[in-house]
Amino acid sequence: MSDEYTPKIVAFCCKYCAYTAADLAGSMRLDYPTNIKIVQVLCTGRIDVLHILKAFEKGADAVYVAGCEPGDCHFLEGNYRAVKRMAYAKELLKEVGIEPERLEFFHIGASEGPAFAEAAKKMTDRALELGPSPLRK
Amino acid sequence: MIVGDRKPIEEIKEMLTPYKKILLVGCGTCISVCMTGGEKEVGILASELRIISDLEKKGWEITEDTIQRQCEREYIEPLKEKFDQADVVMSMACGVGVQYMAEVFPHKIVLPAVNTTFYGTNVAEGEWQERCAGCGDCVLDKTLGICPVARCSKGLFNGPCGGTDKGKCEVNKDLDCAWYLIYNRLKEHGKLDMLDEVMSIRSWKSSLHGGPRKRVREEAQK
Repeated sequence: MSDEYTPKIVAFCCKYCAYTAADLAGSMRLDYPTNIKIVQVLCTGRIDVLHILKAFEKGADAVYVAGCEPGDCHFLEGNYRAVKRMAYAKELLKEVGIEPERLEFFHIGASEGPAFAEAAKKMTDRALELGPSPLRK
Repeated sequence: MIVGDRKPIEEIKEMLTPYKKILLVGCGTCISVCMTGGEKEVGILASELRIISDLEKKGWEITEDTIQRQCEREYIEPLKEKFDQADVVMSMACGVGVQYMAEVFPHKIVLPAVNTTFYGTNVAEGEWQERCAGCGDCVLDKTLGICPVARCSKGLFNGPCGGTDKGKCEVNKDLDCAWYLIYNRLKEHGKLDMLDEVMSIRSWKSSLHGGPRKRVREEAQK
């Protein structure tokens, strides 16, 4: 890929887990790519496929949703719902011609700063491998 | 409610290919409740179409709107300006909505984005099942609330047939045998003797076999 390509990545993070983990990753001075734009949500159950599609429509190269560990959702089952919705969103991406691998879901507990950094690296690597989104503005 | 499924994206793409300015209209009633053609689904399809348009250079301009009911003139008429500005209108309502919008604004072509499938109910989160076939001559009094027209795969009036198997239908093992359900329902209410009555051959004139149906209530007319 061209040296100029820095992936634009949107991360929808649950306030109770992944967002706290992102904070922790900062406090721990962990290195992770700076091209991640974090959107804090009260629960990943709030994330609709429409949010995902809009992010891609506006030119995101990859999108990921990070929610609580299974069984740990503050609202009991928001993360399970999000996982199902992401599967549906992947189907929609596929049918419009966007690689579904550009979208992912991660379970990241509040105390897992390193896991947050790892997810950010993983999605950046994946976006680099896939190249710029065909919708990149 | 009327239940429908969104058409495959390839079919929708093909229908819209000759046009540029597309008005996508959802319906806020049945098709919204069955999560096929309400405001959110209009948003999803519009987003998909914008992405496809970008990737395939279709040049589509998508306008979205969702009205309360596409089967009533008073809700459709306020869309006049948007209809006038569009090359084509795509409806996400049931077949009634598609047809009635085209009747209200005959100068515009209205395309369907949905396959209308059945009259059903929401039995669980994310699951809808057929319950009525709109046959025009209800026999639910004889079966205590289980419709043999809509729910027996063969539409039998004197079932079950030989294909019933441990409460399931031979057509599809995931389907309940309607006559097994009817038997249990009658038994539960101590009315098994109702099964002794043989239902006679019925006239299907009240169904679509007598042509499109019409209902007039003079007391409601001007």
